[in-house]
Amino acid sequence: MRIYCTDMDGKEHELMATEEWSIMEIIREGGIPILAQCGGSCACATCHVYVDPSWKAKLHEPNEEEVGMLDGAFDVNQDSRLACQIIFTKELDGLKVKLAAGSV
Amino acid sequence: MTETTLVSIQCPLTTDAIIIGAGPVGLFSVFELGLNDVKCHLIDILDRPGGQCSELYPEKPIYDIPAIPVCTGTELTERLLEQIKPFKPTFHLGQMAESLVKTPEGKWRVTTDRGTVLEAPIVVVAAGGGSFVPKRPPIKGIEAYEGTSVFYSVRKMEQFRDKKIVISGGGDSALDWAINLQPIAKHITLVHRRDEFRAAPDSVLKMRSLVAEGKMDLKIANITGIQGAEGRIENILLQTENNIPQPLACDHLLAFYGLTMKLGPVAQFGINLHENLIPVDTATFETNVPTVFAIGDINTYPGKMKLILSGFHEAALMAKKVFAYVHPDRRYRFQYTTSSSDLQGKLGVVDAA
Repeated sequence: MRIYCTDMDGKEHELMATEEWSIMEIIREGGIPILAQCGGSCACATCHVYVDPSWKAKLHEPNEEEVGMLDGAFDVNQDSRLACQIIFTKELDGLKVKLAAGSV
Repeated sequence: MTETTLVSIQCPLTTDAIIIGAGPVGLFSVFELGLNDVKCHLIDILDRPGGQCSELYPEKPIYDIPAIPVCTGTELTERLLEQIKPFKPTFHLGQMAESLVKTPEGKWRVTTDRGTVLEAPIVVVAAGGGSFVPKRPPIKGIEAYEGTSVFYSVRKMEQFRDKKIVISGGGDSALDWAINLQPIAKHITLVHRRDEFRAAPDSVLKMRSLVAEGKMDLKIANITGIQGAEGRIENILLQTENNIPQPLACDHLLAFYGLTMKLGPVAQFGINLHENLIPVDTATFETNVPTVFAIGDINTYPGKMKLILSGFHEAALMAKKVFAYVHPDRRYRFQYTTSSSDLQGKLGVVDAA
């Protein structure tokens, strides 16, 4: 299973995905620099990504804590999520995300 | 600058070990060093001890501290402060260790950005992910405006008198400054990405009423650009989703998006770095520079795990080597706090034992 992550230079990387890992961990372990300063505890907003809109229906809605944390990110839009708060499942095989400024 | 810092410039404060970083690992190293008769001063850029535990997850649970099934970041910090109390550490908070130089006498001199000068034979870098500094909006060319018309904190309110100010952010800092500067500013526009605020309910009510009275503007948008010249803002560009950015004339931008960690001046200390981490000898946690040690998240060695408990272990081994430097005339004695009346005396628990 895979996800696709577009870096700040616009280059897309195909990354091996493991079930139950967060998207942040998959990106980090895939060798793509991502700040994720708090280590995945939804406390810093430095793993901000844009999820490709076509995948939105397959994701659970962000909870209040995640939406609140996004206040500390930049250029937030309707596709914005914190990668540490999306847990990979096989339904997300092929997921596309793009790193946001402030996460690298 | 306060009177105390002026005094310290003329007369450096001396101690045995200068600890850079007052996070959990820096705090626990006071304990291990204290048992070895090494006195400590700590420096931290935050205005309170605790490091990431205070800044990032004060209310979040930690489950992997030995013998403490669960505690919050704040609780862990409070417990560590309690534990190191017998050793009376001195804290220099709200300041960043800016330079590290050798004195003619062969000691280390650490100077902070607030002018505090400390001298000691030992330096322990326990700086975690680096210094907490304000997040900088990723706006092209913003650096040119910083300090003249873009600010991430307010030092002197007077500089904002009669100015048109844009304040961005949705937390307590943004709201507090919007409310506090409103009476003296010419005009204030608060900009936030959504019409909800994570701040003290009182502040939110106050802001809402100022907006309702027409004394403050609120715009729901992202800031995407700055227009101006020679460090002076003319307009900032505000964008609402999928629309063309709109200019808004202003003199100053105050941006409050929280803090982020940057390695900072430690990189210029002359210590070897590997990918922004400090390689150490795992027997002593000494860096490539003798008498300078690195413990906790900032160091690296084969097998390193960035856990608080790893940092505690590192502090104990570091302290043993520091003892040899600080007390070269004394023989190191390995003791347990359970049975050593010597250690219990240092902890002030002799009577209870």
